[in-house]
Amino acid sequence: MIPDPIRAGLASGWKTIDAATLTRDTELEADVVVVGSGAGGGVTAEILAQAGLRVAIVEEGPFAGSTEFRMREREAYENLYQENAGRQTSDHAITILQGRCVGGSTTVNWTASFRTPKRTLAYWKDSLGLATMDEASLAPWFARMEERLSIAPWSLAPNRNNDALRVGCEKLGFSSAIMRRNVKACLNLGYCGMGCPANAKQSMLVTTIPAALDKGAILLHRARVTRLVVEGTRIESCVAHGIERNGAAPSIHRVRIRARHFVLAAGGIGSPGILLRSEAPDPYDQLGRRTFLHPTVISGALMREPVEAFYGAPQSTYSDHFLEAALDGPAGFKLEVAPAHPVLVGGVLPGFGDEHARWMSRFDHLQVTIALIRDGFHPESAGGRVVLRGDLTPVLDYPMTPYLWDAARRAFLAMAQVQFAAGAQAVKPVHEQARGADSWEAARTQIEALAMQPRIARVVSAHVMGGCAMGGDARSSVVNELGRHHQVENLSIHDGSVFPTSLGANPQLSIYAIAARMASGLAAGLRHS
Amino acid sequence: MVRAIAPVVLASALPADAAAKDRAIAAVAASFDRGVSGLAVSVQKEISDLFTFLDFAPTRVAFAGLWAPVAESTPEEIAAFLSRWRASRFELQQASYQALTQLIQASWYDMPESWGAIAYPGPPALGR
Repeated sequence: MIPDPIRAGLASGWKTIDAATLTRDTELEADVVVVGSGAGGGVTAEILAQAGLRVAIVEEGPFAGSTEFRMREREAYENLYQENAGRQTSDHAITILQGRCVGGSTTVNWTASFRTPKRTLAYWKDSLGLATMDEASLAPWFARMEERLSIAPWSLAPNRNNDALRVGCEKLGFSSAIMRRNVKACLNLGYCGMGCPANAKQSMLVTTIPAALDKGAILLHRARVTRLVVEGTRIESCVAHGIERNGAAPSIHRVRIRARHFVLAAGGIGSPGILLRSEAPDPYDQLGRRTFLHPTVISGALMREPVEAFYGAPQSTYSDHFLEAALDGPAGFKLEVAPAHPVLVGGVLPGFGDEHARWMSRFDHLQVTIALIRDGFHPESAGGRVVLRGDLTPVLDYPMTPYLWDAARRAFLAMAQVQFAAGAQAVKPVHEQARGADSWEAARTQIEALAMQPRIARVVSAHVMGGCAMGGDARSSVVNELGRHHQVENLSIHDGSVFPTSLGANPQLSIYAIAARMASGLAAGLRHS
Repeated sequence: MVRAIAPVVLASALPADAAAKDRAIAAVAASFDRGVSGLAVSVQKEISDLFTFLDFAPTRVAFAGLWAPVAESTPEEIAAFLSRWRASRFELQQASYQALTQLIQASWYDMPESWGAIAYPGPPALGR
């Protein structure tokens, strides 16, 4: 029997409110309201609560623990992901995976842990003028969060899905390495994306959020922040409505929380969306702009032996070989693998009928490589923009420019080359026109002829970054390097939306470290005021 | 309508036994509706508009090239309209094709009944 720390905590008297079950309007008061409980919100809530501040955490998704993580895909996508894991950009060209539960995306991510790449930080300093985001100043914050979340290189053998990436790179002379993961006593099951059933993943759900609740924080879950009430240059309160599940209409009963300070940590799309709904000051029209995705393309390979890419740590190897070129040249990409589970693969493999069924019948032999394109470092990669739909929900417009399509084609080529080098019998780029090829030469000819167009080439993203960029100049950013909003006095933003470009690496550890630094500064300031 | 489209989308992935196949299609149709209900409200509206288009003869002919109602069309006619949408230059048809096929595929491959044919043993037992 695996103990469920959420059930135990609730039994110990944690203060929580399920807003979807409220039957009347409710008023609350706190020192600080933290909107969102993912990487940024979790870290912030713990640090503020430990500083003795009264913290209220507001989370749109449910407070589910390991007992409810049954390793079933649809159930997990419906309960734990935004829009049933079917969130898309406004033109339906990019599918976006984002968490929507206590712990946010950290509850459902695949545990890849990278410090912000040195070159990204150098670009922020040299080209964007960020003065304090240098490697040396951030190093202690990375070290602190690595310690807090047990981040260490994966010590078991990679599963066959990951090992194929390592072998293919080795044969071709491409660099590759073992990933670091935020796990403790990991059972190597392979179901991280459905919520860790063993509480091994050191997500916010089992670390910082319980710590904040132990210190007396209150957690309002299944509560969507409808608006921050802005009065001049201050926020007076935060208004939320219960929301039972994805796709449901918000409850008519509202919760109003008054506080001295407000921290937005609702992620890329979420945080700019709340500020747009709240009609927050935005004198230089910066809000929601420069949103980045690491647009990701996928290549499936049939291997001779079973791969069973559904079992074992989903991501444990990677290659940065294609990120080594100059930042201002053609876009680079990071190679990783994705776990294969039936719903994910069934939905991602192009085609229908017998064409689709034939590939599915070899499901256990499938190796899946992905390429994450580093966006945001070139004039032709200015990112997307978060806007509001008619019903005031946020949606991302993200144009895939010719510059990014060029990278997508090179990524399809690189992935096929690596997969054949690893011994693939056949490779199929995830693209509506790709038939699948049984040799590297045939794949190359096929990929060079593919039309690189929205929806024809399938593009996905699990890393939404930017939209509330940090910077020293209010004319080109939304918050400063302390995370404080340029125009609103008592508002901070502590999440991936503050990144001024994409990172070129999976973002969780960058968010943890930067949020820890911002939250520590904020706690010190609030204690003295 | 999903009951007519699902056998074309899933084809040989469905059980060969007629009764098992009927049960699978009914389950996929129910699961499809549940899947749609969790999408953003604006996307739910797009999918409901899609079914309205496919229901109403003039828009069905113009949009999908189907003369008969979907439920009365042959599998070949349904496969042909899905292929046209897949290859279409228009966002509405491309996106409708992907929504229909992916929701049906996701519904089916979540069901343990589908796993035998793809050699997926299912999640490991955790002894709890």
